[in-house]
Amino acid sequence: MTRFLRQTWIVMAKDLRSELRTKEALNASLSFALVILLLFSFAFNPTSDLTREISGGLLWLVFAFAGALILNRSFARELPNDCLDALIASPVSGAALFTGKALASYVLLAAIEAVCLPVFGVFYNVRWTQQPLWLALVLLLASWGIAVVGTVFSALTVNMRLRELMLPMLVYPMLIPCLMAAMQLTTPILAGEPVQGDLMAWVRLLIGFDIIFTALAVVLIDTVLVG
Amino acid sequence: MTALTVNGVWKYYGDYPALRDISFEVQPGECVALLGRNGAGKTTLLKILAGLSRAAKGEVRVFGKDVMDRGSRSSFGILGHGIAIYDELSAFENLKLFAGLYGLSDSTARANAWLERVQLIRVKDSLVREFSRGMRQRLAVARAFIHSPRLLLFDEPFTSLDDKAVALLQSLLSESIRGGATVLMSTHQIREAMELATHTVLIQKGRLIHSGPRAPEMLSDPTWIYRTYGEE
Amino acid sequence: MSEKILYALGGVAAILLGRNLLVMLTGLPDEAFQGAIFRIIFFHVPAAFTCFLCFFASLVLGITYLKTKNLRYDSMAVSVTEVGLAFGAANLISGMIWARIIWGIWWTWDWRLTSMLICWLLYAGYLVLRSAIEEPTERARLSSVMLIFSFSVVPFVFFSIKWFRTQHPQPVLYGEGKMDSAYRAMLYGNWLPLLMLAFVLISVRYLQERRQRELDAMRRAVHSL
Repeated sequence: MTRFLRQTWIVMAKDLRSELRTKEALNASLSFALVILLLFSFAFNPTSDLTREISGGLLWLVFAFAGALILNRSFARELPNDCLDALIASPVSGAALFTGKALASYVLLAAIEAVCLPVFGVFYNVRWTQQPLWLALVLLLASWGIAVVGTVFSALTVNMRLRELMLPMLVYPMLIPCLMAAMQLTTPILAGEPVQGDLMAWVRLLIGFDIIFTALAVVLIDTVLVG
Repeated sequence: MTALTVNGVWKYYGDYPALRDISFEVQPGECVALLGRNGAGKTTLLKILAGLSRAAKGEVRVFGKDVMDRGSRSSFGILGHGIAIYDELSAFENLKLFAGLYGLSDSTARANAWLERVQLIRVKDSLVREFSRGMRQRLAVARAFIHSPRLLLFDEPFTSLDDKAVALLQSLLSESIRGGATVLMSTHQIREAMELATHTVLIQKGRLIHSGPRAPEMLSDPTWIYRTYGEE
Repeated sequence: MSEKILYALGGVAAILLGRNLLVMLTGLPDEAFQGAIFRIIFFHVPAAFTCFLCFFASLVLGITYLKTKNLRYDSMAVSVTEVGLAFGAANLISGMIWARIIWGIWWTWDWRLTSMLICWLLYAGYLVLRSAIEEPTERARLSSVMLIFSFSVVPFVFFSIKWFRTQHPQPVLYGEGKMDSAYRAMLYGNWLPLLMLAFVLISVRYLQERRQRELDAMRRAVHSL
């Protein structure tokens, strides 16, 4: 177990370090997110009532778009110089490799979200700090869902032509339950309504989604990586 | 114990068999040249031997352990067409990364020792991106050797290297062989490789057609082995 | 199975469908509230059943491929998924025609409709994924993994419906919207020929896939010369 954790840590640190050196995915993803936030203001009249109703949806669309750019890089980073071969031939288990990479994407995704939230609050006059713990919980749960499914499909599509298009096309339908739950929860949380009753079902759905897809990913990643 | 046992390995691309019933053994201390024309299946076979690809039938054992078993992985090192080092990490970070992945306790000391060995110690903190081709190749050689593997699997090791890297690799290989390591390399019968080889394995169209000690004729005449054992 | 038996089976399915159509139009009275258009349900519902049966079969075949690495199961999986998608499309389109007449709109973002559309897109993604991979063994392996993921999402998609209000008529085979027994007999009676039709289509596609594989192997053999 300590071996697994150490390998996971090394892979995650490696991914984060090389991303922070180049900032390729971070820069692209962040500017993309900001552009979308801006574009939304033309799609509807950003008055307070309307924004209240759709704030969750808006925010998660931005995160999903930005996330696709980050996840695309996850395994694509291993392509130059055939680095993936050296990783697979090393004693690192597929599960540790996957978990390390998913965690790295997760951290990057969280960073994007942390930057977008205040910007969103300013642009659309949303007081997003009313229920910080609930908001954090939903962000953490749903982002993990995105990171897990996205990392598997990043591995799956890494050798394909049109990889950049393929990943979002396959991943978005797969993520709909996760995104839907996140949207359903985020809207009332941003509006300052308590999370209780029916809303708890969405929290459970997010937890279930995370558990099932993490398990599936860990079981299937060796099949994806070694043919 | 044999260093490498290849037993009845088949590999298919769709219904087309790319490797057909390949079996051979490599004893510790041997240096095997894997020969064959382009498309004969050399790279496919090496990928299976390194656990990067799964055989449809048959088994590969490295020092008695199944190659798909993670426990066998630290006993071999690979060097392929790609150099498998990260451009956006420094030379030191690259070596420390792989030393860490192999679970070496003295990863910093090892990385430094190897940087010394491949004459990159002065630029150890520069990013690989800024390195010349030759420097990257030397770093890749150090990466393959860092965990002192007992079996080395090399795909065309001498083809794309510059002179300095060839000399380095040659000296490292002969040193490892003297130290008891086993080497298997696919090659286009480049002189440097053939001089090191003690044995040869020849595959043609996915079939193994010869395996045995290297004949002296192979040194001077690149087509001798094909004329003697090949179909055409 | 010989192709003659397949065509015979297809013929029987066509005869049965024709007979059912005749009974539907002449034997069964119009439904009290919906009028003549309600008959679309005899195709709409069995199409959905067939579609999900196909998706489930493709999951089993995908797992079987990963266990056995026998490309036969991959060929079956793709044939079954394609036919499932065709029946899914039939379900969606027949539903839209019904909605246009009863609700006055082609489409509504009711969650049952939306779920079906999501499932359809998921499995269409499977075909797109396949088209992007050239090497048959790699294609089989990766797309089988995709089948496992896709099927695992389906329950999440469908359970989420329950937590939304829905405009869709209640399920017709149980619960409040219970159907008259003559109608129900016709619903199942029409499912049988549709299943036979699905089987024939799947088999024809499977034979095509098998030939495609043979061709591909020959092409590779020629290239290796």
